[in-house]
Amino acid sequence: MMNEILKLNNITFTYAPEQEEVKNAVEDVSFTVNEGEWIAIVGHNGSGKSTLAKIINGLLFTEQGTVEVMQKLMNEENLWDIRSQMGMVFQNPDNQFVGATVQDDVAFALENNGVPHEEMVARVHEALAQVKMEQFLDHEPQHLSGGQKQRVAIAGALALKPRLLILDEATSMLDPQGRKEVLATVRKLREDTGLTVLSITHDLEEAILADRLLFMNGGQKFAEGTPKEIFDLGDQLIELGLDLPFPIKMSKLLMAQGVSLQGNAMSEEELVNDIWISNFKK
Amino acid sequence: MDIKLQKVSYRYGMGTPFEKRALYDVDLHIRSGSYQAIIGHTGSGKSTILQHLNALLKPTEGQVQIGDAIIERKKKPKDLRPVRQKVGIVFQFPEHQLFEETVLKDVMFGPMNFGVEEAEAEQRARNMLTLVGLPETVLEKSPFDLSGGQMRRVAIAGVLAMQPEVIVLDEPTAGLDPRGRQEIMELFYRLHKEQNLTMILVTHSMEDAARYADQIAIMHEGRCVLNGTPRDIFSDSEQLAAYRLEVPRIIQFQKQLEARIGLSLGELCLTEEQLVRVLSRVVKEREAQ
Repeated sequence: MMNEILKLNNITFTYAPEQEEVKNAVEDVSFTVNEGEWIAIVGHNGSGKSTLAKIINGLLFTEQGTVEVMQKLMNEENLWDIRSQMGMVFQNPDNQFVGATVQDDVAFALENNGVPHEEMVARVHEALAQVKMEQFLDHEPQHLSGGQKQRVAIAGALALKPRLLILDEATSMLDPQGRKEVLATVRKLREDTGLTVLSITHDLEEAILADRLLFMNGGQKFAEGTPKEIFDLGDQLIELGLDLPFPIKMSKLLMAQGVSLQGNAMSEEELVNDIWISNFKK
Repeated sequence: MDIKLQKVSYRYGMGTPFEKRALYDVDLHIRSGSYQAIIGHTGSGKSTILQHLNALLKPTEGQVQIGDAIIERKKKPKDLRPVRQKVGIVFQFPEHQLFEETVLKDVMFGPMNFGVEEAEAEQRARNMLTLVGLPETVLEKSPFDLSGGQMRRVAIAGVLAMQPEVIVLDEPTAGLDPRGRQEIMELFYRLHKEQNLTMILVTHSMEDAARYADQIAIMHEGRCVLNGTPRDIFSDSEQLAAYRLEVPRIIQFQKQLEARIGLSLGELCLTEEQLVRVLSRVVKEREAQ
């Protein structure tokens, strides 16, 4: 049986418990993340994704429902232990810098956790190499570009050698190249270490990389499945404020114009082949 | 109103040990009524240029001409208010600048700050809030009770209420979901077309530049290395790669497809719709043969 890293049971949360007219930010959400999986939570702005992330990390406590991390029920006593096993990277890296230099910043959480100096130095270097920021060791974080800052923030999480890496819209402020690098880093990490990843995103190119998607709408779990299963929802996704990944969108547009296709392409390469086989190959 | 940068150079922290040169001899002429995109890799000097467009920064060398106003280092600035009123900047995450008690007051603040009467400012604010697609019901709400997408619209309405002739957009869709992104970009395009506003879009998004801009300037290491139509700029992917940039995804896809089918589609497609149109025509022509 697979190891459950994270389990949410019937979570309901509201930011305004006194005001009954205010809708719940999260409504009766349950799901499980197994060890080694990459799960993406997708949904439009305001769908409850980020609230979920804060509940998972114990930044918010729920009135209803429970969170289990590594089969332990999360409570205020074990919160700190649990948190040390979850690396979390937020959307805006400016809000999470504490160190005066890049390496100090990455070392901060390690120092907090009492990691011996030598190991700390090694881990800081390793983590920064993983995000291709090793040449910036002594730079001041505030002088880095947005993309670079975010890579340092990710290194800070990686240095803790977490069991679960949570990316809360972590690539949404990066330029296309920065985003690619970070996603490639996450993929590589998963290959090398089998790290479990939970990414919260509305970038469908990021979501398509995941093993399983959780599609949130209006605080509720609207659908759950493989990327293929979710993207088969097609127009429903668009109605709910999301888009379709490029190959799927193009397939639909082409078919609507009467270009014959098999229509199963999940990557650009597959779509190129589909177009060629269905229309040009003799 | 034209904006002309002539041999503009800029150094941060001039005369200090931290002096850093951010712009080198930039020449850029943005014509009245055009839609100009400024693209560059992180650290290419895009943001420094942006701050020159309404005299937030003065060039250390060279000259910036904004309408009739000439901005140079040596010249003491005369009143810059008209310049700042005519060139509205929508900064990244503009919703962080909201501060008033109500949405209506927040949007009125800009025009009143430039000396517009209260009744007139309110009228403008109401019009602009409608224009950006916000319902009447939000007018008396606190801007902080709105969703992220709505807050951004309020901030944009605040810039529009100053009735600028030029709007500078710094990554206006960062952090928005796909629908929000499309709505905001379409809004600016509509304003550009219907009210003949000059738009200057500073962005990482090749896709947005390809779809909306008439002219694209490419910044690289503090220099403006290319300026041309999207078709010119994106027809040479190798040159762009030298500036650590890529052609829009749709063009990459077109190239891949053409290589596979061994056939040129005959024109460079800048948007998905265009590629779909051209490809379906090519397929139908082949079937007819």
